Amino acid sequence: MSDSRKPFVASGDIPPSPPPSSVVGPIAWVRANLFSSISNTVMTLFGVFIIYSLLAAVIPWLFIDSVWNATSLSDCRSIDNGACLAVIKERYLQFIYGFYPEEERWRPILSFFLMIVAVAPILFAGVPRRVLYLSGLYPAIAYWLIWGGTIWGPVGVVLGLVLAVVAYRLITTTLPAVVGLIGGGLVLVLWWLFGVEIFDGALTSVVDIGLPVVESSKIGGFLLSLIIGVSGIAGSFPLGIALALGRRSNLLFIKALSTCFIEFIRGVPLITLLFVASTLLNYFLPPGTSFDVVLRVVIMVTLFASAYMAEVIRGGLAALPKGQYEAADALGLDYWKSMRLIILPQALKISIPGIVNTFIGLFKDTVLVSVIGLLDPVGILNPIRADQNWNGIVWELYGFISIFFFIFCFGMSRYSQYLERKLQTGHG
Amino acid sequence: MSEVAIDREIDRSKLQVSDEVAIEITMMNKWYGDFHVLRDISLTVNRGERIVVCGPSGSGKSTLIRCINRLEEHQKGTIVVDGIELSSDLKNIDKIRSEVGMCFQHFNLFPHLSVLDNCTLAPIWVRKEPRKEAEDRAMHYLERVKIADQALKFPGQLSGGQQQRVAIARSLCMNPRIMLFDEPTSALDPEMIKEVLDVMVDLAETGMTMICVTHEMGFARQVANRVIFMDQGQIIEQNEPEEFFNNPQSDRTKLFLSQILSH
Repeated sequence: MSDSRKPFVASGDIPPSPPPSSVVGPIAWVRANLFSSISNTVMTLFGVFIIYSLLAAVIPWLFIDSVWNATSLSDCRSIDNGACLAVIKERYLQFIYGFYPEEERWRPILSFFLMIVAVAPILFAGVPRRVLYLSGLYPAIAYWLIWGGTIWGPVGVVLGLVLAVVAYRLITTTLPAVVGLIGGGLVLVLWWLFGVEIFDGALTSVVDIGLPVVESSKIGGFLLSLIIGVSGIAGSFPLGIALALGRRSNLLFIKALSTCFIEFIRGVPLITLLFVASTLLNYFLPPGTSFDVVLRVVIMVTLFASAYMAEVIRGGLAALPKGQYEAADALGLDYWKSMRLIILPQALKISIPGIVNTFIGLFKDTVLVSVIGLLDPVGILNPIRADQNWNGIVWELYGFISIFFFIFCFGMSRYSQYLERKLQTGHG
Repeated sequence: MSEVAIDREIDRSKLQVSDEVAIEITMMNKWYGDFHVLRDISLTVNRGERIVVCGPSGSGKSTLIRCINRLEEHQKGTIVVDGIELSSDLKNIDKIRSEVGMCFQHFNLFPHLSVLDNCTLAPIWVRKEPRKEAEDRAMHYLERVKIADQALKFPGQLSGGQQQRVAIARSLCMNPRIMLFDEPTSALDPEMIKEVLDVMVDLAETGMTMICVTHEMGFARQVANRVIFMDQGQIIEQNEPEEFFNNPQSDRTKLFLSQILSH
């Protein structure tokens, strides 16, 4: 000990050596994390006991004593005392499609697989960029596949966007961009309100390409959850970004508009908005316009989630150091370029946990549409439980729905973690 | 504060000041709310000048140079940069900003982009240059600040001194005619200050017009052709470095110099 106080000069380098086995390896991990003290040991043993009890109850119930072949609940109970999975076996198609006509079920299936293809280039950088064209057209394709009808309606809607862009280009060759935006928007609205119907009618009378129409009331189950959830997610993200930027804008009108929208939507329960969508909205629309109920619900869910999204993203924007805005300005980037290239990539990265949180919340909130009579998975439960044969069955049905939601929500959660790791760029 | 020696010969013959005016500030005033930050600032900077602005904290020196590229707005008086008057016209502002480079105390590199992308971003998106051309020039300037081997790293993986050198290269990639430095070495460890100052000396030797807010008095002595001392939003004294340091006129300058040079 006394030596270490003496004046000292290092005589050479100490070579690095591997750490002792007590600090690395699985045994060291177990010792350090599970049995490091008496209280930790007790907690570990208690935890193991709880896990064991749960598994000991669930595994026999779900896998060993469960009944797959039966026609009613009492039938199930007479065979074995485990889960009565016969009800799932009998009704799972209803859980997936609702009352979607049997011979047309290839259409939702095709839409689902196309969705995976369309979403891939957005989620993963390795997918060829050309697939993005499909992503852009996918909403129209999926709409046509699921609801059917003539193909010219969705084509007309897409055509409206093309017309709007053309109008914008034409106007901006001579006039400022603001006029172009207004002109383009006007063309879009007018075309969608009046043009699409004429276009649709005219072309249908010439070439009638179409699928049998499927009413919204027939669409249900996980199909409906996915329609509402995916459209809501896809719509609320860009809308949320726009609202977040709007709320931080220097332009008073835009700022006030965004703030009012966000505060109003956030201040109202989703169920209220859904009731507005299902009943009240018809009073506000011009007479004669029939607006599909699923579409109305999708719009409401999108607006609702976008308000939350906006606040999450605004948090990300506020968390960025002021220097990033200044550096972008100092290089001569204009507002849109600095947002697109500098600010949003960083702000969105910071907001990933919050954004995914909102997505997951939105996706699970889709079950609320059962209160306005739509047949989402929870809405499907009621006719099943009202059935004489299955009266009194609870765990199996809710469990089945939970598993579906868990798979999708857990998937989103894992993806967000993957994304955070991927976007990690050093300790700066 | 510190006085890092620049231990190399500076080729004074390269430090030429031309007659052409680069920046003309006339009776400029600025307020933050009620607080009068800049008072009657008048300053003419010729092309090729190296001006060091110093003064106690809160004297408005950073605000002054931030007004030159409109990161801060002035309320009275005029600022003319490269013949363009700064007004609220956004076109003028963007034009001036792309001609005036700026380096910040905290570097403000874009952490989500690689070093190379940091440098090519503005040339590609503001000047609409082809990527290849922008990358070639970026590599040229990264070479000049001696950091080309780190081009593919992200800013977070570099030391402070390296980051500041990248920030200088990033500004140079826009071929600015004027460079503003806002305390470029204040956030750096002593051993890194020198590498940044060396780069700034190199830059001065290319004839770049420079305005530096800095406490590096060694740099001021050896490189600057004019030192400006500010206090409470005013220019108190300006002079050639030799005179400024050896024969300060105002009491406030004397006090300031005695405080920063005493250790």
